[in-house]
This record gives sequence, C-alpha cells and structure tokens, in this order.
Amino acid sequence: MQLSAFQDGFSAALLGHAEHAPWLSALESQPGFAVYRNTVLKGCIDALQASYPTVCQLVGEEWFRAAAAVYAHTLPPADGLLMDYGAEFADFLAGFAPAAELPYLPAVARLDRGWTECHLAADATTVDRNWLAQQAPDTLPLVQLRPHPAARWAWCDEHPAYALWQSHREGLLPTEPLDWTGDGALLTRPHAPVTWRPLSRAGVAFLDACAQGQTLEAAATSALAAEPTADFAALMGTLLDAGALIPTDSHQFTPRPRSP
Amino acid sequence: MALCPLTAGLGLKPQHYDEALHCTATGLWWEVHPENYLAEGGPRLAWLEAIRARHPVALHGVSLSLAADTPPDAAHLARLAALARRVEPVIISEHLAWSKWRGQYLPDLLPFPRTQAALHRIVDNIARTQDALQRPIAIENPTHYLHIDGHDWLETEFLTELVQRTGCALLLDVNNVYVSANNLGFDAQTYLDAFPLHAVAEIHLAGHHADPVHGDALLIDSHDASIAPVVWALYEQVIARTGPVPTLIERDDNLPAFSELLAERDKAHNALTAAQPEEAACS
Repeated sequence: MQLSAFQDGFSAALLGHAEHAPWLSALESQPGFAVYRNTVLKGCIDALQASYPTVCQLVGEEWFRAAAAVYAHTLPPADGLLMDYGAEFADFLAGFAPAAELPYLPAVARLDRGWTECHLAADATTVDRNWLAQQAPDTLPLVQLRPHPAARWAWCDEHPAYALWQSHREGLLPTEPLDWTGDGALLTRPHAPVTWRPLSRAGVAFLDACAQGQTLEAAATSALAAEPTADFAALMGTLLDAGALIPTDSHQFTPRPRSP
Repeated sequence: MALCPLTAGLGLKPQHYDEALHCTATGLWWEVHPENYLAEGGPRLAWLEAIRARHPVALHGVSLSLAADTPPDAAHLARLAALARRVEPVIISEHLAWSKWRGQYLPDLLPFPRTQAALHRIVDNIARTQDALQRPIAIENPTHYLHIDGHDWLETEFLTELVQRTGCALLLDVNNVYVSANNLGFDAQTYLDAFPLHAVAEIHLAGHHADPVHGDALLIDSHDASIAPVVWALYEQVIARTGPVPTLIERDDNLPAFSELLAERDKAHNALTAAQPEEAACS
C-alpha cells in the first residue's frame, strides 16, 4: 500500500469518517486504535482549555470539553503550534446552540483569545510620556502612531464582557451584581506578562484609527466622535503607560482583523 | 571552568520555571518542544533565552511529521531553524512518526507500514530537515499500539538504514521500547540487542500506565507517572553497553513537585556517572 493511501485512510478513521476497507477495519478493531483517537482529540481539547480558561470557568470543565470536542471536529488544528489553536472559537460559540443561554460567552472568548494573541505577538519598542513631551506642538497632530503588535482591544455593546472576564481572570467574586452595560478592554504586554485594563469607546475608536494609519489628529477626532465627553489627555496617558503605541517607522506589521 | 558534560536532563515545564532557572545540579540540561516557543516574540522566548543563558537546551520536535508522505512544511522548518539559531540547542530531535496530513494536524505520533517507499520518503524528509537546520537531527523510536500489516523492515533495521542514508543520530526512548514490546508482543531485550546503539545521541525515560479498560495488555506512554523499575533496568543495561549518553526524564502530566522530578533525574545522573567510572567527576 502507498504511504499516502495509508495516511488518507488512517486519518479519516481517526476522525471517524473513513470509508469501509478491510485493512482499516483490521486496525480499528484493535484496542490500541482508540489510544490514537483519544490522544488526538485530547490534544485539541487540552489546547483549547489552556487558551480559553475564562470561558471554561464560566461554563464548567465538563461543558467546556464537550463544546471543545465539537469545535475540534469542525475546525481541527492546521499545524503543531497548538498554543495558537482555536482562533475561531468565539465565532463558533456564537453559533453553538447549547451556548445560546449565555449570550455574553463569545465576547468573553474574544478576550481569552486576545490574551493568547497578546502573549505570542512580536516585540516592539513603545513610545511613552517622555516621547510625547518631546514632540513639537505644531507637528504632533500629524504624527502617526501604530498599536503595538501585541496590543488587543475590544468593545462589547450588549454585555459587560470585560468586567466578567477580568473578575474571573483575577479570581474575584463579584460582591455586587454587575452593572449590565457594555464595556471595553485593552490588553498589552509592557513588561512581558500580559496586562489588562478597561478601555473607553473613545480609546477603542482611537486605536482603530491608529491601526488604519491615521494621524494623531484624525485619531483624536475619531475618539471624540465616538465619545464626545472623553478626557483625551487622560486617554493618551493610559495608552502610553500601557505600552499600547509604537512609532510608525519602528515596526512593520499588519493589523489582524478584529471582531467588535 | 571546564565544560561540564551533559548527563541527565528534564523536560522544561512552565510550572517549574523559576526552580529550573536556578537549579545547579551537575550535568543538568533542559529539553523543550520547539512548538511551544515558535512565537513571534513575547515572554516565552524571553524565558527560554534566560534558561539557555544558564543551561544547555535541547529541542525535541513533535510536529515535523517526518513519516508523512509529503515533504516537511517549509515555513515550519524555517521557523525551527530560526529558533535553533537563537537558542543554539545541544540536540535537535524528532520522531519516526507522522502527525500532519493534508493540511490537518493530528496531535499524536502516528504509525505507518515500514515499506521501501516509506524509507525513501523519510530519508528525503530527514535530509530536507538537516539541510534546513544545517546539522544532523536525532530520530526517536515511537510507541506502538497497533499491529500493522505490510512492514518490509523491522524498526531497528529501518532506523539503521536512516542513520546510514542520512547521517542522522537516534534518540532511544527506553520506555517506548518497553511499552511497544508489551503492546505488540515482542521482546524488549531482543529489540535493544538489535538497536544501532552506536548512533544513539540521547535517551528518553518516562512513565507509563495501564489502559483503564484493557489493563496491562495495553500500556499507554502517558508521561504522567514515575519511571517503572523494569524501564530503569533496561536503561541500565543500555548504558552499560553505550557508556554515558545524555538522558532525559520526560514528565508532561500529573506533574509532581520539582524536587521529586529532580530526584528522578539524579538517579539517571548517578547511573550515567557510574557507567564510565574512569571519567573524572565534573565539579
């Protein structure tokens, strides 16, 4: 038998959709075949559980692993970098009927995914408050800053996804009911570990504009359009302290498509 | 200070990172799966480089899929080569198995019939890998759970051919030999007698457990327990013949305290030191 034919049959049998063939039945009927089948599925599920700890906390391990098994059958990993597996898990949860009772789950999953992306992204030199203080006032509006390759930000309109995510990540039990309004989050990696903080609508609009290559002036206009009462100076201070911004010429990168 | 030869090492676990960094055991080295460090940047690479600044590091790949009927992924090879330039590993190893097929990764080390065609394909895949890395790699004997028809070669013969045709080294996993012998009903001692020990650059030791349904008839290479006495006994026979060979204790699940893993490592270290008593102890 050709090696490729063996691998076609064996991989299909592992995933449970092989066409009947005597040589394959001879393998599948042995107790050892289940070892491979279980290991392959466990590898996918373990990777998802490691990447989506907050979702797992919210739904419980049993529910999570059952959902992860469905995901693994639908969207198996493409390569051995399992630390990066599961990019579509939030979208999957949004269409997963058993998760319909927890409508905030996809938004929480996006924050878990944001943590992973932030953790694995490229390094880059940031700009800080000193940099800002050194800029000439007349040219500053035309400066272009970019989000750091590791910066991830999100806004959720319907649910306090960040408040939920943050309290679970930090092991806090809410002392009072959450104020059930939308919120935003910023994840950055200023000193190696991933850090997080709330982000206003203005901050989200500002980073979106920077990611599109707009000038500081245009990005500030976007921010204030999104949230007219925003304190822009305070927002800039937060973003600089978080290590969210880099100079345009310091690092070439393509912003990833991001879900709202 | 004289360069201390490698004796026994441990798999690097993030849970033990600080203890790993500061451990000063003689001959100690660390092994990692490169797949966990093929990030564009960030703390993982920084951790690994900090470990590397103090200890020798080996890269033990699990996803090159050398036994797939297709060349290894060029992008993956390029990233692996870049990581190797960064950490300058003492050994780079992979498995005699496949795990990637038609764009899908199957997280396991899968078996295949050892045919002439498979030999040609794997020789080519190892050569491509060694060209990309600019150095020989070590190939590990996998664990077996299935009787497969159509083998043209015994595994020991197949590995010997790979060594002769590619100049690769071998990674002998003694636990895999024991578990496979148990599961497929061959004699572990006979297998080891036929193994091309001259090419062994590294040895792996790990724990296994019995399948919950089938019991001792089906042992699982689970890396979640201490090394079985029978595996230690096989190991001591091997190193009595080979002399000291860098030996790694693999533990991936049910992780004990660092001190417990280090005690297991020390046992291998002592066995290796005793295997060549004329060698002056490294201090």
